[in-house]
Amino acid sequence: MYGNDFAAVDAPDGGLLGQVEAAEAALRAAAARGRGGAVAAGADPESYFADVINADQKIEPRDWMPEAYRRTLIRQIAQHAHSEIVGMQPEGNWISRAPSLKRKAILLAKVQDEAGHGLYLYAAAETLGVSRDELVDLLLSGRQKYSSIFNYPTLTWADVGVVGWLVDGAAIVNQVPLCRCSYGPYARAMIRVCKEESFHQRQGYEILHTLAHGTPAQKAMAQDAVDRWWYPSLAMFGPPDGDSTHSAQSMAWKIKRFSNDELRQRFVDMCVQQAETLGLTLPDPGLRWNPERQAYDFTQPDYDELMRVISGDGPCNRQRMAHRRRAHAEGAWVREAAAAYAAKRARHEERVAA
Amino acid sequence: MRARRGLSHTHVGSLHAPDAELALRHARDLYTRRQEGVSIWVVPSGAITASSPDERDAFFDPAADKVYRHPTFYEVPDGVAHL
Amino acid sequence: MSARSEPVLRAPQSRTKTSPVSASGPFEFTLALGDDALVAAQRLAEWTSRAPEMEEDVALSNIALDQLGAARLLLTYAGELEGAGRDEDALAYLRDDREFRNCLLVELPNGDFAVTMAKLFFLAAYQLPLYTALAGCGDEQLAAIGGKARKESAYHLDHAALWVRRLGDGTGESHRRMQAAVDGTWPYVHELFAADPAAPVDPATLRADFDATVTTVLAEATLTRPESGWAPAGGRDGVHTEHLSYLLAEMQVLHRAHPGARW
Repeated sequence: MYGNDFAAVDAPDGGLLGQVEAAEAALRAAAARGRGGAVAAGADPESYFADVINADQKIEPRDWMPEAYRRTLIRQIAQHAHSEIVGMQPEGNWISRAPSLKRKAILLAKVQDEAGHGLYLYAAAETLGVSRDELVDLLLSGRQKYSSIFNYPTLTWADVGVVGWLVDGAAIVNQVPLCRCSYGPYARAMIRVCKEESFHQRQGYEILHTLAHGTPAQKAMAQDAVDRWWYPSLAMFGPPDGDSTHSAQSMAWKIKRFSNDELRQRFVDMCVQQAETLGLTLPDPGLRWNPERQAYDFTQPDYDELMRVISGDGPCNRQRMAHRRRAHAEGAWVREAAAAYAAKRARHEERVAA
Repeated sequence: MRARRGLSHTHVGSLHAPDAELALRHARDLYTRRQEGVSIWVVPSGAITASSPDERDAFFDPAADKVYRHPTFYEVPDGVAHL
Repeated sequence: MSARSEPVLRAPQSRTKTSPVSASGPFEFTLALGDDALVAAQRLAEWTSRAPEMEEDVALSNIALDQLGAARLLLTYAGELEGAGRDEDALAYLRDDREFRNCLLVELPNGDFAVTMAKLFFLAAYQLPLYTALAGCGDEQLAAIGGKARKESAYHLDHAALWVRRLGDGTGESHRRMQAAVDGTWPYVHELFAADPAAPVDPATLRADFDATVTTVLAEATLTRPESGWAPAGGRDGVHTEHLSYLLAEMQVLHRAHPGARW
């Protein structure tokens, strides 16, 4: 039903899904090594933590961890969870108008997956001693961020395709290394998310492929969407390495495995051939193969724009937050009713038991 | 969650719900979107008592020297089958 | 899309034309059920990213996907019964509101969460016995669709009833909202059971089952079942509320803007 008959996006190294499965195998292998007692269970928690990280094993919720490690993880996992939840909006925008019933079903399932992924990630964050209510509060009050890409509007149906191809594609390039993150609950959540997301990128690519091989109006719609989303997608990898504030420590803790620029380059190299197959043009006159680097040279996104969008002045920041706040506020009476009902039942059962 | 008949239940994740009835349904909606299960248990997190990493040595190290519990501890003379 | 021309097992063709409703032949009957499911899916999907709790967002999407899946099977089969070459998309996107045969209940706006749950509760309490009866009917295709959809309906009914109980017996505010939602949507249920003896399943035969479910759940929810009075109807004849045309305008806009395009 989800277009498994269409397999044009596989990377040469067995595909991103293969990398996710490799990460899962590595996780199991590291767990198996641990049984032999490779990590000394000493009295000093700091060196124990360092040993676990060095041995490529996983830190688990009740282990001692440096406070900064905990804070970094909470911030990153929460931001990731918020991104899934807010990210439902730009694509959800087209569910009601999807141009065929098949596309409607696929898109609905995809946006639903994002809600599910948000929930997996909030659950992973909660293992660090913070509650989901607190995190939602931090989002709604603007003290925590979500991926700035979702502050761009989905203006046409082709945007749904491009969000799947480029935005989900960039997200996957970012997320696949997180399957090897040193924090167990986050790594396991990411493995699950990445496995489920493998259909998201393909459905986006399939939409674009159909449009690009459709009527002239459809093809123009597809090209226009690629033109608008290309640079914001490149900006998803964050500021260039020189300006990135959190990177070095996160790399040392094995929360992060590759730098922003490494991942951005990997993404560009993947997209060029995929765009050619679509017959669409990436809007970068400077894009060309560099045989010395064995990689594509490309024009960097406008990082000033990225900073403006992050700080709240993107096209849709206010709209996205207002939508989220409204859903939360309008649901309050329902959540209260469910809690009141549960309390009544509990009292009733106590009485019956007494 | 029991993935298939014949397998043990394994932990798949957490969720929020005001009561057990809703928790079970949310678990079905959230964790079986791709036919991942045939049976679900839900347990309130407050009802779980977990061992602490501080107790790790006392809890789990004593089993380390009881190698005789594993079949690989024993030497089997050459030529003996079905053992 | 090519029309399937092979004969499919059909309900008796010898029905008399005395019935006042038009939804009696297999095509009209199947179309009406497909339209119910399609419009219900469209409304439920409007909740995506707006549900009162994130877990409920996932649950509502699941139900919307079930309804959409049933709609696709039913509309595809309706197109085959008609034999005029219309597939699911031609039926969904290229008919005007006067040609839709869904009941009025499903096209009513979502309102608050209580209204949505009241609508879903009444719909599921009707669809469950309907699909169950369909699973045993003489038309093999409809029986297969009914067999699949009745399991989904059982879950929808369970989910909606669970919320009707919680909202009815929750807080003062939720009780007030849930009773208002039941009162506001109740008049629209009567249309669902208009007698049609020639149809593969006569809707009138489902009423007792429906009433038993509704009576039990409303009592558990400390809610009052409204007195029967006003009974708006017309959906099965293509005479709808003002809401349907807007719903279709949104659903069909892109498809219609590119005639003949593939998606």
